[in-house]
Amino acid sequence: MPRVVVKPEVCIGCHLCEVWCVVAHSRSKNILKAFLHETPRPVPRVVVEENLPFTLPVHCRHCSEPSCVEACISGALYRDPLTGRVEHDAGRCVGCYSCVMACPYGAVVIDEVNRKVARCDLCKEMGEPACVKQCPNRALVYQDSFTS
Amino acid sequence: MERFDYLIIGNSVGAVGCIETLRSFDKSNSIAVIGEEPHHVYSRALLPYYLDHEVPVEKMLYRPVDFYERLGVTPVLGRRAVDLDTAGHVVKLDDGRTISYGKLLLATGGRPIVPPIPGLDTEKENICNFVALQDLQRISRLLPSARRVVVLGGGIIGLMAAEALHKKGLEVGVVELAPRVLAPVVDEFTSRLIEEAFRRSGVAIYTGTTFKEVQGGERATGVVLTDGTSLPCDLLVVAVGVVPRVDLAREAGLAVNRGILVNRQMETSAAGVYACGDCAEVYDFLTGNRRVLPLWPNAYAGGRVAAYNMLGMKREYDRATSMNAMHFFDLNIITAGLNTAGEKDGFEVISRFDAGSRSYRRFVLKDDRIHGFTLVTGIARAGIFLHLMRRGCAVTSFKEKLLEGEFGYLTIPEGLRRELLIDEGVMNEHAAANQ
Repeated sequence: MPRVVVKPEVCIGCHLCEVWCVVAHSRSKNILKAFLHETPRPVPRVVVEENLPFTLPVHCRHCSEPSCVEACISGALYRDPLTGRVEHDAGRCVGCYSCVMACPYGAVVIDEVNRKVARCDLCKEMGEPACVKQCPNRALVYQDSFTS
Repeated sequence: MERFDYLIIGNSVGAVGCIETLRSFDKSNSIAVIGEEPHHVYSRALLPYYLDHEVPVEKMLYRPVDFYERLGVTPVLGRRAVDLDTAGHVVKLDDGRTISYGKLLLATGGRPIVPPIPGLDTEKENICNFVALQDLQRISRLLPSARRVVVLGGGIIGLMAAEALHKKGLEVGVVELAPRVLAPVVDEFTSRLIEEAFRRSGVAIYTGTTFKEVQGGERATGVVLTDGTSLPCDLLVVAVGVVPRVDLAREAGLAVNRGILVNRQMETSAAGVYACGDCAEVYDFLTGNRRVLPLWPNAYAGGRVAAYNMLGMKREYDRATSMNAMHFFDLNIITAGLNTAGEKDGFEVISRFDAGSRSYRRFVLKDDRIHGFTLVTGIARAGIFLHLMRRGCAVTSFKEKLLEGEFGYLTIPEGLRRELLIDEGVMNEHAAANQ
């Protein structure tokens, strides 16, 4: 399964991955419109941890046996056994936060305004994930496998 | 006689966990699922949400309408399995049909408890359980004429129903036998926070008491509590929990305690017959003992482990324990493990409460490991704690940090962090070594 892998030693903690994640999931796909005019603004689906001088972006791992899917009571999170894709249908999410309890990486993000959750979809309609494309120090790598 | 390679009795989350795993590896052998209710697989856990937000019935479905067809599953719905012959590998249905199987999964769930109290009978017009779609439909029909409701049971389902009915404008009272709500699920401090949230919102909570009797004839008109309090009502919801449905297994001679006993491969005492979910008694990885863990994620995961073993791929279920995500009014709560255990049980307990934000954290520790935790209000990234607990990670060196709001992987010491993140591909090996 393709996913985003982090090189924390070159992450400078700029949080631009969060910014571009918001833009990629906005209606306008425009950074100014997304931040100034869209309410509610989408939540970033990548969490950048900070414990300075260290920073660490954490994304959904697109697990082959996802704990979030196990826990999801509504069927919003669903792994298709025929394609292997983990999908999240936000329209079905009821905000029970069982997936927040289950995800070992803390990579399911709470969207408090909409009482739903959000998680990395790898920007599947845009080719390369926006966070990877925009990372100024190439700390994020989009790859099929995590073995280097 | 019809024959299926894999047969599942029960049509809820445990069945889906099993089917999705079987079909991840085996696209050709036949699968059938027997469901007592005539419905496509739906989520019982959504029932309180339906009451609250008017979720349309289609949204109650747990999987898309083409689920069975796409995955090549034969649904046998509206039929009940009445007899199991494990020697002959045959299941008999209530219409007399017989089906033979290669491997069998029992995912028969639980049956709602109705305590023996004079006048308490769910056959009555306005006394309802709250575990199935038909219960919800009954309550929905009664709502327009109902003004006062009494909920028997201050557990998760009872309290969620109470909140939803309160938000619909009904006058709600909750009656709980234990001295506090959610007594087996959360610690006392959390119980008090929840009771306070209900009382502040105008829901009456009666603890340490139960019904002495239900008044009225064909229609309940009120209840009298053991302390003499009289509560009139036009709707009575019984939500005191479920007991495992084990009749079929017991009559077939399978080993049954409170639930159907399974080994670590989820196999019952009969070879080739597996069980999972609310009907089964599984190993809790924290205690090493078997217990009934009637919780959504355990049913799915148990069904998955059963499927691996049904496929002949040996797998053990080593992740089961108690876990709950709940919310009542503005309180979000996540608990896992032996979260109610305390010092008197030989555990170390660390906790912190912030009165301003009403956020509360409590960790139960022993032998350098997390054995349970409670998070109230600040629940973001709770799964990291569950992960530490499941992996049995040593936490003593950073235990005070567990109580901090911003806990994350960077709070975990480098060696352990590397172990947790490189294995799972969050960081690459080269990067982690340089950090």
